[in-house]
Amino acid sequence: MTYQADEKGYYGEFGGAFIPEMLYPNVEELRRQYLDIMKENSFQKEFKALLKDYVGRPTPLYYAERFSKKYNTKVYLKREDLCHTGAHKVNNTIGQILMAKRLGKNRIIAETGAGQHGVATATVCALMGIECIVYMGEIDIERQAPNVARMKMLGAKVVPAKSGSKTLKDATNEAIRDWINNPVDTHYIIGSVVGPHPYPDMVARFQAVISEEIKTQLKEKENRENPDYVVACVGGGSNAAGAYFHYLDNPEVGIIAVEAAGKGIYTGESAATSALGKEGIIHGSKTLLMQTDDGQITEPYSISAGLDYPGVGPMHAHLFRSGRGEFISITDDAAMKAGLELAKLEGIIPAIESSHALAIFEDRKFKEDDVVVVNLSGRGDKDLNTYIDYFDL
Amino acid sequence: MNRIKQKLQEDKKLLSIYFTSGYPEIEDTVEIIKSLEENGVDFIEIGLPFSDPLADGPTIQESSTIALKSGMTSNKLFEQLKDIRSEVSIPLIIMGYFNPILQFGVEKFCAKCEEVGIDGLIIPDLPVDVYNEEYKSVFDKHGLKNIFLITPQTPEDRIRFIDEVSDGFIYMVSTASVTGSTKGFGEETKAYFKRISEMNLKNPQVVGFGISDEDTFNDATQYAKGAIIGSAFIKHLNKNGKNNIQDFIKSVRPV
Repeated sequence: MTYQADEKGYYGEFGGAFIPEMLYPNVEELRRQYLDIMKENSFQKEFKALLKDYVGRPTPLYYAERFSKKYNTKVYLKREDLCHTGAHKVNNTIGQILMAKRLGKNRIIAETGAGQHGVATATVCALMGIECIVYMGEIDIERQAPNVARMKMLGAKVVPAKSGSKTLKDATNEAIRDWINNPVDTHYIIGSVVGPHPYPDMVARFQAVISEEIKTQLKEKENRENPDYVVACVGGGSNAAGAYFHYLDNPEVGIIAVEAAGKGIYTGESAATSALGKEGIIHGSKTLLMQTDDGQITEPYSISAGLDYPGVGPMHAHLFRSGRGEFISITDDAAMKAGLELAKLEGIIPAIESSHALAIFEDRKFKEDDVVVVNLSGRGDKDLNTYIDYFDL
Repeated sequence: MNRIKQKLQEDKKLLSIYFTSGYPEIEDTVEIIKSLEENGVDFIEIGLPFSDPLADGPTIQESSTIALKSGMTSNKLFEQLKDIRSEVSIPLIIMGYFNPILQFGVEKFCAKCEEVGIDGLIIPDLPVDVYNEEYKSVFDKHGLKNIFLITPQTPEDRIRFIDEVSDGFIYMVSTASVTGSTKGFGEETKAYFKRISEMNLKNPQVVGFGISDEDTFNDATQYAKGAIIGSAFIKHLNKNGKNNIQDFIKSVRPV
């Protein structure tokens, strides 16, 4: 049994490509070519060179001594927060911009919620001199002004999504509509392991560099490639997919996925998809999603903009359904406290998304000699205002 | 015989109208259907509103949002349509996205359609391959025709496959676009209409997207069997409510 995508893009019963016929040629072109292109030597060479010299990889695997001591186990932090642009998102956008070039595309579109993926996309478009249009919910544009300014500095056009609830899912709808209207010259850089096949698999493969490096680095530090657990937060789930990737089919490694409970799972203000979601179709993929009994997609809530997506990638839906992954949800409160704690214990201010992954240690106990790797997916600079308001700093 | 198939055999160019059920007012559905039939429309697509309609432009999305806010659901629609066959004989097609149908239960949804007298379905985000493998037998069992879309970019072998799986008509999307976004057809689009008509498909073609008035209706039906108007009709409803539907129909196809 494998937890990787099969040929048709299914993870167990989840995945596939439920797309309108208008998108078929674009998605099919990508599906037919993505694996071959990724295997090309020239592609791998260029991808790896950019990850090293531009992104700053490999990112350190850091033994968090004081944090470990507090929770009486061995905690390593995979420092994706040290990537250029401040989060793991850029691993994927580098991969996809190289893919777009090889497919002969000269126009890039992307969706963004908090703006991290939008910034990472605008960055690689500037790097390559390619036109970039980022769709962002009108409400998010107001909430995330600094990231909007960053995208503009990088030469991207930021288009407000004014439909529906005016947030991430609507920005994604608008990007998909743009792609329908521009079927020939445009590549859509999806920011997470969501969307129709081949996106979840392609994005997971670009993010897989995270677990590839963990293996090598852990070998150096602990003389073993496999940790006992790998922990990551899941919104759509791209940092988690990358952190799990090389461990998916290794049952010795426990997989822990951390979702945002918001104000509490059953308060109506939550983004804990595994607990609240039902099987359905969102953005072209069969997965677990939050919806009404009538099948209308509902608006999630989390203090962290990167986790408030009403679905999860199909890989994660399968990890949940099959029992391979252990799913934990963390409230706003617990996440904020964990973020502050890491700052005080280790001198690292994490993104609020990543703080969710750190918050599990309060209740989820590990053995003293367990090796637990937490993917620190991003840094907290973008969240300073939220931290300031929350703790009255 | 299925009402859609029967209608397609008539020797005329067919005019179809799309509207979102539950819009402009939640209880307008049946009255709009009756009025469309009275005014000589050939078949009707009843939109099942969805929160995230990917293939639609702002006009239809807005109408869906309003219908959902008023409380429109799949159950509500079937309730509204329960006596529709004692009132109209026009072919009725439900057009909706796959997720609400999946939540209702595909088998149950099809059974309900048969019960109230729906003749076919258009589900833009249910690809032909998945339909063919997983759902075709259920649709067939309940006598429902599933209508597929093709676009100017659809490869020829895929069009042939869609033609083979289809049993009704093929919904020919006029241009690479979402609904409600084009004004008039250029030479390239007309050449595409002609190219498809020359493929001698077993299913007739009906053009949708970008039809809004008499000119675009005539252009679209030069090579195709019929044409579907959606966004332009929703705009008319938005302005006039459910009154004066006959003015709109006459402006597209003068008697």
